[in-house]
Amino acid sequence: MSSDLHPPRLDVDRILSDPGVRIVVCCGSGGVGKTTTAAALALRAAEQHGRRTVVLTIDPARRLAQSLGLTELDNTPRPVKGVSEGGDGSLHAMMLDMKRTFDEVVLAHTDPAKAAEIFANPFYQAMSSTFSGTQEYMAMEKLGHLHAQGEWDLIVVDTPPSRSALDFLDAPARLGRFLDGKMLRLLLAPARAGGRSVFGLVTASFGVFSRVVQKVLGAQLLTDLSGFVAALDSMFGGFRQRAEQTFQILQADETAFLVVATPEPDAVREASYFARRLGEERMPLAGLVVNRVHRSQVPGLGADASLAAAAGLDESGEQAPTAEALRIHASLAALADRERAVTAGFSAEFPHVPTVAVTAQPADVHDIDGLRTIGAAISQP
Amino acid sequence: MTRPATGRRADLWPARLHIVTGKGGTGKTTVAAALALALAAGGRRTLLVEVEGRQGVAQLFGTPPLPYEERRITGAAGGGEVKVLAIDAEEALLEYLEMFYRLGAAGRALRRLGAIDFATTIAPGLRDVLLTGKVKESTTRTHNGHRVYDAVVLDAPPTGRIGRFLNVTAETAKLAKVGPIKTQSDGVQALLRSPMTAVHVVTLLEEMPVQETVDAIDELTRLRIPVGQVIVNEAQTPLAAVGKVTQAELRRGLTAAGLPTDKATVTGLYAEVRDHRTRQELEDSLRGDLAELGRPVLELPLLSGGVDRAGLDLLAAALLAAPTP
Repeated sequence: MSSDLHPPRLDVDRILSDPGVRIVVCCGSGGVGKTTTAAALALRAAEQHGRRTVVLTIDPARRLAQSLGLTELDNTPRPVKGVSEGGDGSLHAMMLDMKRTFDEVVLAHTDPAKAAEIFANPFYQAMSSTFSGTQEYMAMEKLGHLHAQGEWDLIVVDTPPSRSALDFLDAPARLGRFLDGKMLRLLLAPARAGGRSVFGLVTASFGVFSRVVQKVLGAQLLTDLSGFVAALDSMFGGFRQRAEQTFQILQADETAFLVVATPEPDAVREASYFARRLGEERMPLAGLVVNRVHRSQVPGLGADASLAAAAGLDESGEQAPTAEALRIHASLAALADRERAVTAGFSAEFPHVPTVAVTAQPADVHDIDGLRTIGAAISQP
Repeated sequence: MTRPATGRRADLWPARLHIVTGKGGTGKTTVAAALALALAAGGRRTLLVEVEGRQGVAQLFGTPPLPYEERRITGAAGGGEVKVLAIDAEEALLEYLEMFYRLGAAGRALRRLGAIDFATTIAPGLRDVLLTGKVKESTTRTHNGHRVYDAVVLDAPPTGRIGRFLNVTAETAKLAKVGPIKTQSDGVQALLRSPMTAVHVVTLLEEMPVQETVDAIDELTRLRIPVGQVIVNEAQTPLAAVGKVTQAELRRGLTAAGLPTDKATVTGLYAEVRDHRTRQELEDSLRGDLAELGRPVLELPLLSGGVDRAGLDLLAAALLAAPTP
C-alpha cells in the first residue's frame, strides 16, 4: 500500500548547522505556514547553532511581524527581541518593502537628478508598487543583496504569497527580460526594425500591435512608458544579469529549498508541482515540511473502535465524559488517517525527498516562545 | 428533496456578482463552487469564474483542465445549471482586440511572439483590468432582453491581494486617462461599487485567517466595495462541551467500555481532550472576533469525507440555510 511508504526523515538541524548552507528558501502555496516555518528555522539556527541569521519575509499581511512580536518591519534587517544569544548566533528580521527596494536599486545605479525623474514617472510608480511580478523580482534582488553583503551566516527566505508558488521562480526572469527593454524597444519603435527582417510578418504585426496599444492605452501612456524605458535603459542593462546571478546562487550547494505544505490535497499538489519544478531547474530540494499534522495519541485505538465504544457507553447511560473523550479521539484518529493518505501522494512521487511532519499546535503561534516550540517540533525525531 | 425558498435566497444572497476571497488555504474555490451550485438551485443559471489560472475548479470537479469558454460543469437541484469559465488574461486580451480591432492573423502572430503574454503580464494592472472586465461582461450580458446568468460567482485572488485586484481599475485610470481601457475601467469600477456586487470573505477558525478577514473587510470598506457575508469554512460542530475530566474518570470509563486502561492509553486520551478544549476555547474567541465585525457570519461544516460532489451539495444546502442567530 502506498500509504506505507516511509520517506527518509528530514533532519533540519543538519541543514541549519551546516556552515556550507547559507540560504534556506521556504516555498509552498498560501496558508501552509511558510512564514512561521521560516521564522522558527531562523530562530533555531541563531539559538541552537550559533549562526548569524537573517530572515527575509515578503508579505503584505505582516505575519512575520506578528509572529516575532514586532510592530514595525522595514527594509533593513532589525534585531529580534527575546532571542537568547548565548553563543555567536543572532537573529535579525526584515520585511521586504517592494517599492523601497526598487527605489534603492534606482538610487544605487544613477545620479539623484535622473532618479528623481524616474520616481516621478507614473509608469514607474505603478510598476514599483502594483505589478504582480515586481514583488518576486525584488525579493530576488534583496536576497542577492543580503548574500553579497557577507554579514550573514544564513539567510532564511519566506517566498511571496504568489498566485502560484512557481511565480517566485518565473517572475524575476520575466521582469528582468522586460527591464532589459528589448521587447519594449521593439514595441516603441517598430519602424526601426524595418521590413527586411525574415520576421516580416512579425514586424508587421508589431506595427499593428503598436497602433492598437496606442489606441487602447492612449498616447500619453506610451509617452510615459517610453520615458520610463529610456531612463532605465541607460543604467539597467544588468537587470536580467542580476536576476540570473541570483538564480545561479539558488542552484548552488549553499542553498537548501524546503517545500512547505499542509496535509491537504491542494497544498500537497502545489508541493508536488514545486518539487518537480525545482528538479527541472536543478535547484537543491532539501526536503518537505508538512505542517499542522494531526496525530492520534492513542495509536492502538482506531476511529471505528473508539466510536463503537462511545456508543456502547451512551447506551449504558454512564461514563458520559469518557464517551465524549472517545468521540474526540475518533475524529482525531480519522483525521490523522485522511492526512496520511493525502501526504502519501507526495511520497509516492518523490520517495527520496526527506520529509518531516510537524504536529498541529492546539493554539496558533504568535510569539518567540511559540516559534521556539515549532522549531523544536520540526527538529524532533 | 426540499427546495429552498427563493425568498430566503434573495435575502441571504441579494447580489448578482458574488466575489469570493479569503486567505490562501481557507477553501475559497470550494466555497465559490458550492455558492454557484446553491444559487443555481430551482432552475437558475449561474457562472463560476476562475481567474488565477490554477484550474482549481477542474480539480474540484475532477475534469480535465478547462479551456477559455463558458462550459456547463454540472446541473443543480430543480433543473438549474452551473457553467464555469476559466478566464485567461491572454485570451481575454485577444478577444478584446478582436472585438474592437479585428486583428485576425496578426493577433495570432503577436501571440507566437509572446507579445500578448508581455502585454498581459507587464503593463501594470492591464491583466487585472482584462480579468475584471470579462467578469463584468458576463455579469451584465443579456440575450433577448434577459440576463444570461442569474448570478456570477468569482473565485477571486486571496485576501492579501483582493483590494489591489478589485481596485486596479482605479490604478489603471491614473495611467490611461482616455481611451477604451479607461472606459472599461470606469465601467468595472461602477459595477464593483454597486449593490449588484458583494464580496464574501472565507475564513477558518484560526487566528491568521480571521485577522486577514478583519483586514480585508476594513480595506474593502475603505475602497467602498460592498462586503457580503463572512463564511467560516471547515467548522467543526462543537462536540458536547467536555467539562474537566480526570484521568481516574477516564480509567473507569475505559474499563466500562472494555478498552485497555494502561497508562499510555489514559494519558493519551487525557491529552487529546485537553488539546481539544484549548482548540475550542480559541475557536470560541475567534467566533467572538468575527461577530464583532457586525456582518452576517455563516458556518460551513468540515467535510469528513473530503470535498466531492456530494460534499459540495451539502455545502450548497448549508449556504442556503437560514443563518443561526
